[in-house]
Amino acid sequence: MSTHHIRATINGTAYEGDVDSRLLLVHWIRDVLRLTGTHIGCDTTSCGACTILVDGKATKSCTMFAVQADGRDIMTVEGLEQNGKLHPLQEGFHEKHALQCGYCTPGMMMTSLALLRRNPNPDEQEIRVAISGNLCRCTGYVNIVKAVQYAAEKMRESAEVPVSAGEGGE
Amino acid sequence: MIPGSFDYLVAGSVPEAVALLEQHGDDAKILAGGQSLIPLLRFRLAGPSVLIDINRVPDLDYLQETDGTLHIGALTREAELDASDLIRNRYPILHETAGVVADPVVRNWATVGGNLAHADPANDHPATMLALGAQVVAVGPGGQRVIPIDEFFTDSSFETSLRPNEILTEIRVPAPTAHSGGAYFKLERKVGDYAIAGVAAYLTLDDNGNVTYAGIGLTNVGPTPIKARDAEKSLLGKPLDDAAIHQAADLAAAAAHPASDLRGPAEYKRDMVRTLTVRALRKAHARATEGK
Repeated sequence: MSTHHIRATINGTAYEGDVDSRLLLVHWIRDVLRLTGTHIGCDTTSCGACTILVDGKATKSCTMFAVQADGRDIMTVEGLEQNGKLHPLQEGFHEKHALQCGYCTPGMMMTSLALLRRNPNPDEQEIRVAISGNLCRCTGYVNIVKAVQYAAEKMRESAEVPVSAGEGGE
Repeated sequence: MIPGSFDYLVAGSVPEAVALLEQHGDDAKILAGGQSLIPLLRFRLAGPSVLIDINRVPDLDYLQETDGTLHIGALTREAELDASDLIRNRYPILHETAGVVADPVVRNWATVGGNLAHADPANDHPATMLALGAQVVAVGPGGQRVIPIDEFFTDSSFETSLRPNEILTEIRVPAPTAHSGGAYFKLERKVGDYAIAGVAAYLTLDDNGNVTYAGIGLTNVGPTPIKARDAEKSLLGKPLDDAAIHQAADLAAAAAHPASDLRGPAEYKRDMVRTLTVRALRKAHARATEGK
């Protein structure tokens, strides 16, 4: 077994620590760093409850070792809220009643965020394909789709100002 | 579930990865996308003492068509095939295959190279690459060699002809010609599941519409990826009419050796191979004659 010193940025904050090679990224985030918003659902790379963004890519954090995250930029569900203001996705899940037990919600929102960043105006089919690796055991997909559409609209509205002001995209 | 202990090493280049393989041999496994390997480690179905991470190797992630060949770098992610205009327009069979590998989140990391090197008969790319007549580039201490895909898979499950000190670096696919086309059909219970059965078909026709090349690969209906050789041969030298399609479908079904399991009884799966072969051949033919 090897131990490694890793550094990663999570939600804009720099973290570092020593990790065993076999420590899964989700366990580092939850058990070591105590960012418990990211859930573990299935442990079999099936359910997507543990989805986070790694260098902007939606990633099942139960299927990556913590050591692999060295030097990478990570975003978890805790990074959505800014200065006490809910992210449009969080607002959408609230407004459209897109959670029942809430267990899949963090993963659903992170997968949806990656979708909306590359496709600001997805249709229902595109949303359903994008979240097809995230399982909702309450089967509340109809409202989840509505929540993502709500967020997409909000994000497009708020993006209009800087874009028209000539600040461009990413 | 927690994987067993292992040493984690990072390879910064292909020669470095090869040197590490030389040093650790059979005890080492290459970690690429990890979307099959890490679950296996968690279930403790695999227990290598060393993992060699190649994710930081630069220049192994590319899709390039040059000199009549599509070159796919070993670290190319499934999501990149899914999003590529080149793949969508020129290689719809590859686009279809990448689009049904696991689920979209897994596809952000899962690699085409890993999908082949893992040699799981339930993986989707082996059948498609068998149909396409692809080649695999392997690099070892003595340099590189090119392995035809039908010699890459062996008679044993989860085994390839890669030597313990070799690494897969590239997949080569023949570029489409004027009258060629392919299609992949996967029957699955739900998104993210392995196939109940899958069939890949690729055809090249001459100017008169006679078949000059036929490739048919089968997914998850036997202990290894299956190349339906008799079905392929039956199609050569004649037009692809209904009789030819059904004869090939019967031969493809005969080439399948499915096991009864939670995805269905063997008879059902063999029947699905027959049906999917008909559909794949029809779609491949439509694409070959549309010039797509």
